[in-house]
Amino acid sequence: MAEKTYLQAISDGLRQEMRRDKRVFVIGEDVGVYGGAFKVTLGFQEEFGPWRVIDAPLAETAIVGSCTGAAMMGMRPVAEMQFADFISCAWDHLVTVAAKQRWRAGTPVPIVVRLPSGGGFSGGPFHSQNPESSFAHIPGLKVVCPATPEDAKGLIVSAIEDPNPVLYMEHKHLYRRIKGEVPDERYTVPIGKARTHREGEDVTVVTWGAMVYTADEAANQLDDVSVEIIDLRTILPWDKQAVLESARKTSKVLVLHEDTRTGGFGAEIAATIAEEAFEDLDAPPRRITAPDSPVPFSPTLEKAYIPQVEDVVKGLKELAEY
Amino acid sequence: MAVREAEPVASLSEVKEAGLDREDLLQIYRNMVLTRGLEERGHILYRQGKIPGSFYTGRGNEASAVGVATAMGTDDVGTPLHRDMGVHVTRGVEPWRVLAQYMGRRDGPTKGKDGNVHMADARLGLIAMVSHLPAMLPVAVGCALAFRIREEQRVAVGWFGEGASARGDAHEAMTFAGTRRLPVVFVCDNNQWAYSTPTHLEYATEHVADRAVAYGFDGVVVDGTDVLAVYREAKRAIEKARQGGGPTLLECQTLRMEGHAVHDDAFYVPKELFEEWAKRDPIERFRLWLQEHANMTNEEDEEISSGVKKLLNDALQRADESPLPDPSELLDGVYATPEDLDTPHHK
Repeated sequence: MAEKTYLQAISDGLRQEMRRDKRVFVIGEDVGVYGGAFKVTLGFQEEFGPWRVIDAPLAETAIVGSCTGAAMMGMRPVAEMQFADFISCAWDHLVTVAAKQRWRAGTPVPIVVRLPSGGGFSGGPFHSQNPESSFAHIPGLKVVCPATPEDAKGLIVSAIEDPNPVLYMEHKHLYRRIKGEVPDERYTVPIGKARTHREGEDVTVVTWGAMVYTADEAANQLDDVSVEIIDLRTILPWDKQAVLESARKTSKVLVLHEDTRTGGFGAEIAATIAEEAFEDLDAPPRRITAPDSPVPFSPTLEKAYIPQVEDVVKGLKELAEY
Repeated sequence: MAVREAEPVASLSEVKEAGLDREDLLQIYRNMVLTRGLEERGHILYRQGKIPGSFYTGRGNEASAVGVATAMGTDDVGTPLHRDMGVHVTRGVEPWRVLAQYMGRRDGPTKGKDGNVHMADARLGLIAMVSHLPAMLPVAVGCALAFRIREEQRVAVGWFGEGASARGDAHEAMTFAGTRRLPVVFVCDNNQWAYSTPTHLEYATEHVADRAVAYGFDGVVVDGTDVLAVYREAKRAIEKARQGGGPTLLECQTLRMEGHAVHDDAFYVPKELFEEWAKRDPIERFRLWLQEHANMTNEEDEEISSGVKKLLNDALQRADESPLPDPSELLDGVYATPEDLDTPHHK
């Protein structure tokens, strides 16, 4: 056990799997010589060679599509999108081919696509997005969004092991900011299981990714409200049972995410709570999300866009008083 | 690197050089006859109302599909499209399963989940297509990438049409395959019409194969109604890829002899064009070649035709006995289980 950054945890998990399993390879833009735009694969090419750490042309469909072909031939590819935003270029392949191949043709597609996602550092409209809800709507895909270093490692291992296409959303704002104890040995974190980040009695916050820390800071500021934080960890499938249990316990739920509001995954969670736990609620489920706009560049605008600690404090107070 | 227009195959000795004996030639002919027969049965089933949705065939493309598939090795893999029934037939698909697939029955390769030629038998080294036509080219490139990483002497074949050549997937696949000299052959079934859109509205070069030069590999244009020329060129390309020589873009020129699908009467194709290409019917052409150059007798021809007819009669009966899928099967297989990885592809 050692303290590691979130980024080191991803890197360690990936390296461990590549050492263990020759079928695992990495492909993406600048992942080899350069070690990846964020240096997740730094030193990988020296260790594993240019045919297991593959610098691809600037062609996301070729990157993800070729992962599918290689996976069907017995490999375990891990693609890196330089930024999660660029997955739009490979959206068609993922949705049309990878997600449906097992169901229609009986051929599993065990691939992982790493998506450095999220904002908070003036990345602007094309380097800051959180596209999880676009993929949560696609049967056949899995989507994971770890928040802690421990989960980051455990979920990258689970994603590689999983026989389905898994989108691994790693939040860029957590890369070097968040540190935690990470076991040295190999372990997995189950896909589809939430984690209780903080136990509480009065209000539940359901969230994931970087917003786990925003929720935690907000909870710290409230002396008279006991807040429970459920870190969903995986979006598809999501841990409905854990969310409903917490909703029934506290009777008040705030769903918090960094993605935009309309059609965001929070809508699915709020709808499910309303459908299945309505009679246990003492307040309507509430959402705090980014507004329905592209992610802005300038710091003042971006601060107004990404949910802030004070927004969550206000929301929690209102819910507690409801 | 250059684009080459392939010559027709003239003599039996030339064929022997390409690695085919007389028995192989008759097998190729049989596969072409079976391919057309299978699709003709499909038409009958459609008229009988037994095929839901629409129905697509590859009439006119039999030589191209069978020729390329014959050139593939047992361990090679491919991603054939909806004009390439000849690939499935040559690789050994059971005709009754194809007819069951057409009818949305449980014994079709997709168990009724998908229709028409959206199918493949993994055991035969084939991967099922999707409707987004160039989408399988990056997948074929990925198969080739796996072979290259593991240093296996295997080749992937990716099919597309001249219409599909317009989309970015085709460009990305060829760019990547070119940069890494991957063992993949891109086969363009250029049948001149993408639904109702003619070639000059799909690409502005003389040939689709002209693009190969830009990707850094060879392009070959071949008469797609000449099965032996297709075979020879495909064999060269596949063996070149196997030896580490990188990709080839092989363009097979044909005419789509029916509408885009059965609902389309192809009014937009000039009648004279159909008449001209009907004279180059790939099966008729090869039949005459076999009579002239390989002494195929009428008895042999008759034996092949009647054998195919019987096979298809039996197939039809067996397919018709296959039940429709049960609604409870709808959600089966949306997600794979670890045990599913134990498939021919994944081994």
